[in-house]
Amino acid sequence: MLDARTPLVEMTDISISFGGIRAVDHASIDLFPGEVVGLLGHNGAGKSTLIKILSGAYKRDAGSIRINGEDATINNPRDAKGYGIETIYQQLAVADNVDAAANLFLGREITTPIGTLDDAAMEAKAREVMGRLNPNFRRFKEPVKALSGGQRQSVAIARAILFNARILIMDEPTAALGPQETAQVGDLIKQLKADGIGIFLISHDIHDVFDLADRVVVMKNGQVVGSARTSDVTKDEVLGMIILGKVPAGAVPGPGALQS
Amino acid sequence: MADQHAVQNIVHPSVHARNPLQRFLIATELDTRLLGMVGALAIIWIGFHVFSGGLFLTPRNLWNLSVQTASVAVMVTGMVLVIVTRNIDLSVGSILGLVAMVMGVMQTDILPTQLGLGLGHPLIWVLSLAAGLIVGTGIGALQGSIIAYLRVPAFIVTLGGYLVWRGAAWWVTMGRTVAPMDPTFQLMGGGPTGSVGAFWSWVVGIVACCAIVAGLYMGRRQRRRFNFPLRPVWAEAALAIIGCGLTIAAVWVANAYPWPVRIAEKYAEATGMAIPPEGLFISHGIAIPVLIAMGVGMVMTFIATRTRFGRYVFAMGGNPEAAELAGINTRWVTVKIFMLMGALCAIAAAISSARLNAATNAMGTLDELYVIAAAVIGGTSLAGGVGTIAGALLGALVMQSLQSGMVLMGLDSPLQSIVVGIVLVFAVWLDTLYRRNKH
Repeated sequence: MLDARTPLVEMTDISISFGGIRAVDHASIDLFPGEVVGLLGHNGAGKSTLIKILSGAYKRDAGSIRINGEDATINNPRDAKGYGIETIYQQLAVADNVDAAANLFLGREITTPIGTLDDAAMEAKAREVMGRLNPNFRRFKEPVKALSGGQRQSVAIARAILFNARILIMDEPTAALGPQETAQVGDLIKQLKADGIGIFLISHDIHDVFDLADRVVVMKNGQVVGSARTSDVTKDEVLGMIILGKVPAGAVPGPGALQS
Repeated sequence: MADQHAVQNIVHPSVHARNPLQRFLIATELDTRLLGMVGALAIIWIGFHVFSGGLFLTPRNLWNLSVQTASVAVMVTGMVLVIVTRNIDLSVGSILGLVAMVMGVMQTDILPTQLGLGLGHPLIWVLSLAAGLIVGTGIGALQGSIIAYLRVPAFIVTLGGYLVWRGAAWWVTMGRTVAPMDPTFQLMGGGPTGSVGAFWSWVVGIVACCAIVAGLYMGRRQRRRFNFPLRPVWAEAALAIIGCGLTIAAVWVANAYPWPVRIAEKYAEATGMAIPPEGLFISHGIAIPVLIAMGVGMVMTFIATRTRFGRYVFAMGGNPEAAELAGINTRWVTVKIFMLMGALCAIAAAISSARLNAATNAMGTLDELYVIAAAVIGGTSLAGGVGTIAGALLGALVMQSLQSGMVLMGLDSPLQSIVVGIVLVFAVWLDTLYRRNKH
């Protein structure tokens, strides 16, 4: 059914090494429009590395990336943004010393007809987007440094959705947040999903993503253990995949699956 | 949509202030740190005035102070951007030395004799300055490329540059001093002829006052357009009065310093002017190097705050990784910063050599340290991401005030270095305290 459509993202046989260590080893992963895929694994399983290849932060050694069925060239973050890929990083990639509006538009500033920064227009737009995302947000003039973890996260998410992303990557999006803010992010993900945006959720904690994701892909030691629809497996089975690499009956085994 | 959200906090925060001083500071949105520096400068000036027996706060000394500050002031505007991006440039003094030599040779040898323009040709200063700018920018591009693309730390690259360019300055003429400079070129160094006189000083002052008022008005209109909280009208008026008052006071001081009697008499003889019995009073007015420095300061403030480039500089300083991930070409921005720094060194070289009326291979020695010190005293953080052009210019003025004040007091030069060093450390310690309390 889903497979009949063209995947939004298709990463095939991706490998990358850092000084002899294979951080990602022939990993393949795909994502369909309006789908939430949870990418799970221990710290160091290679999930962040794999996704950083998609967002342009790292260059792959081997493998191919197809966006909407067409070969994509992604050599740096600018290229990725060109394909509508937006990333929210684990270590919130915001510039602490400038204000929220400056961060939202970093690298894509609104300019006046004579080419200078149009701060007022950017701040107005920032107020609009942040108002939708986090209505309590008021501190537009202060450096992001002065904000709480949740507020900074809102800024990071607002930046990703501001430019009509089609593919959203969220690396541990709720790691720095309290329960209420986590629920807000959950609502936001459902809203974005309904808009047809494909979302990768990366986490080492299954509880963060299981309820939000349509599908999970588990990685271990740089390899894909397997993937499964969340409706076909239980949390415990997925935990077994993460810890032991054991693939349950409801899942599709990958190259990293435990051979039994 | 935008309006709905903006309307909720349209009230300016100053209405919540408790005491009048606080209300004034919040309402005018003045930078308290900058105000602190102005206060420190006032204390230094008054202190020196008292201890030097009334020599410091005279039109003559203040005018000289402004001219002496110009060269470092030009360079410090670039150093702010360098330091904000967590780099450093130790080579600015040496670049200044080399560029001054190149410009000296251009105007005394290459242009007049080898290219046959003849001495005193009106194009000589333009071509010399252009050559200097090309050399300075080129050196900056080279150093910036090594830092950005070959990933050699800026400290090492510019430490190498410090030695290389100083050596290169010597090679240009094998150590021979180049003098005198072209008469038109000399105007960039100040002096009686290198100043714009009373009339044009007032013109500059009035234009500046109009610009201040217009700027305040435009800012207010822009805020209203997007429904942002407006400053109270009395605060806007206070800002306009303070800004215009300072401008007019500066022009008045520059105009109160007359030409030396002998030069004024010669000038009167040459132009057939009658000398009145009480003596001739010809105002210096604002010196050309000071105008250059102010122009550079304005352009650099514009670049730092109103352009994408400036925004990227600060974002890179705050979080280099975030800037890279946001799609900013951080390496190219780094190269551009160092090119700008090189160009500013060339302008400073023109001012210094024109003022000395010579280019020597020792010119600009230790300038890198004064420039870095001025930037740091002016609130630029070596940790990156923080700094303003205006603050750095004030920092340059503080440094120069200390030096010339100590000269007026007759302090020995070793003691002067000791004081400057102590003040630098003390100022940064105060700044650390200020920032810690603020957050």
